[in-house]
Amino acid sequence: MDKKVKKEFDPKIVGFLCNWCTYAAADLAGSSKMEISPALSVVRVMCSSRVDHNLVLTTFFNGADGILIAGCHPGDCHYGEGNYYARRRYALLKKVTESLGLESERLQLTWISASEGNRYAEVVNSFTEKIAKLGPSPINCRSDL
Amino acid sequence: MSRITLESKPSDGVRELLRHLLDKGKVSAVLAPRRLDDEGSLDLGFITDRSELDSIDPFAPVMIANTAQVLSMITPSSSKIAVVLKPCELRGFVERVKREQGTLDNILTISCTCGGVFPLQKAVDGITGGMTANYYSDLSSEKIHAEIRETCKACEHFIPINSDVTVSLVGEKDLDENCQIYLNSKSASELLEGLGGEIDKKEYDPAISAGLMKKRLAEKERLFNSVFPGKGGIDAVIEIFGKCVGCHGCSRVCPICYCVSCDFESMNFDSDIAYYEKELSQKGALRLPPDTMLFHIGRMIHMSFSCVGCGLCSDVCPADIPVASVFKRTGDKTASIFDYIPGRDLEEAIPVMVFKEEEFSRFVDE
Repeated sequence: MDKKVKKEFDPKIVGFLCNWCTYAAADLAGSSKMEISPALSVVRVMCSSRVDHNLVLTTFFNGADGILIAGCHPGDCHYGEGNYYARRRYALLKKVTESLGLESERLQLTWISASEGNRYAEVVNSFTEKIAKLGPSPINCRSDL
Repeated sequence: MSRITLESKPSDGVRELLRHLLDKGKVSAVLAPRRLDDEGSLDLGFITDRSELDSIDPFAPVMIANTAQVLSMITPSSSKIAVVLKPCELRGFVERVKREQGTLDNILTISCTCGGVFPLQKAVDGITGGMTANYYSDLSSEKIHAEIRETCKACEHFIPINSDVTVSLVGEKDLDENCQIYLNSKSASELLEGLGGEIDKKEYDPAISAGLMKKRLAEKERLFNSVFPGKGGIDAVIEIFGKCVGCHGCSRVCPICYCVSCDFESMNFDSDIAYYEKELSQKGALRLPPDTMLFHIGRMIHMSFSCVGCGLCSDVCPADIPVASVFKRTGDKTASIFDYIPGRDLEEAIPVMVFKEEEFSRFVDE
C-alpha cells in the first residue's frame, strides 16, 4: 500500500535558476534533447543571490515539495560575487530550517555553468528522485500556517 | 585596566560615580533606570539635573525598555553621555551600531555582571523591596534567582563585553558595603579620576562568577532541549507560534529589528480576495490574518544570528509565546556556523554582509 502511494506521488519542485549560468544550461539541456524531469518548474532570477528567504519559505508554504537554487560556479558570477552571498544566505536558511526540524534536505543549492547542460539534467533528475523518495512535504498545503 | 573599591552598596556607589561625572562636567547627561515612586514603578531616565540622580536605580532587575533602542535615539551625541545598561543591551547596541543605527562615540558605558531581570509583568506590578532582597542574596551566592525570566536563567553572557565600566555583582560576598568598579578603557580611567575609593591595578576575574556560569550553561542546555516539543517539525512550529495574534510586538521591541519599513509589514505581503480565493481552492481553509509562520521563521532567518537574548520579545508577547527562547535557540546555531557572537566586537562584520571565497562547501552540492 505504502509503495503504491509513493509511486503515485508526483513531486512539485521549484527551481530558482540564475539567468547567466544555470538558466542557459537548462536551455542547452533542452535544445540537446536531454531527458529532464518535468517535476521542476523553473523560475528565472537574475542572480542566485536574488533568492531571499521569504521567496523560499513562501514557495514551501504554497505547496512545493522541494526547492533547487542554482547559479554560476564560485568565481564565475556575472556580477562578481553574488553567488558567494547566495551561499551564505543559503547556509543560514539551511541552519534555521534544520534547527526547527523542517526537513532542510528539501532545499538544495548547486552550481551549474552555462555549458553544463548534461550536469543540469543530472542534477534535476537526481533531485527529483530524492524528493520523490522523501514523499510529500509535511508543510504542503497546510491550512494553519 | 584598574579597579576602584568603594565602601558602599553598588547602587549607591554607581550613583556616587554618576554624581562625580555630572558635577565635574565630565559627562553632560546620564541615561539609567529610574524609580518613579515607592510602589516600584520604573522608567529609563535621561538626566542632566544632579538632583534627579537620587532616583536612579542602576541595577534594577527589570528591562523597562531596551536601552539599545533608546541609544539609537540619542546618538550621535555632541557631548559625552554616561549610560547604565545590562550586558545584553550593550551587545544589542553594538549590533545596532554595526547596522549604522547609532554610535558608541561619546558614550561611556557602565554595566554590571548581571543576575538577570524579572519578567516585565513583575515590573508593571511593581518591584518591591522584598523581591530585590532575595535577588541580591542570590547574586552573592551565585544562584539563579527563581523569579527571573527564562532567557535570563539561560544566559551565559552575563559578564559585559566591551563595557567601559563594569560593576561586579555576581559572586561578590559583601554587596551591602562593598562596590567593585572595574575600569576597562582609557576613557573610563580618565573620566573617573578623582572619584575616590581604593584604587588598584586589577582586571575583572571571571573566576568570581564561574559558579553562576556553570549553572547558566546547564540551564541553557535544559531550556534549549525543552523549548521545542519533540524533534521539532512543522507541527511543533505551529504549536508554538500558532497562538500568535500578529501584533508584531516582538519585532518592535527587538534591538536588532531596526528596519523602519519591515518587509513583513510592507505591501509585499498584502493580498486581495482573489488571492485568498485561489489559496482556498487549494487548501480548503486558511489562517487569517495570514503569514504568521512566515513572519516568525522569516524573522528568525533575518536576525537570529544577531539575537542577544535580551528576552523583551517574550516579555511583550500577549499570547505568552516563548519567542526569545526559540529565537535564541536557533540564533545560537546560526551564529555558530559563522563563528559569530553578537555584540562581541564592533569590527566583526554582520555574517550576511561578507563572505569568504572558500567556505560552506559541505552545504553545497557540488
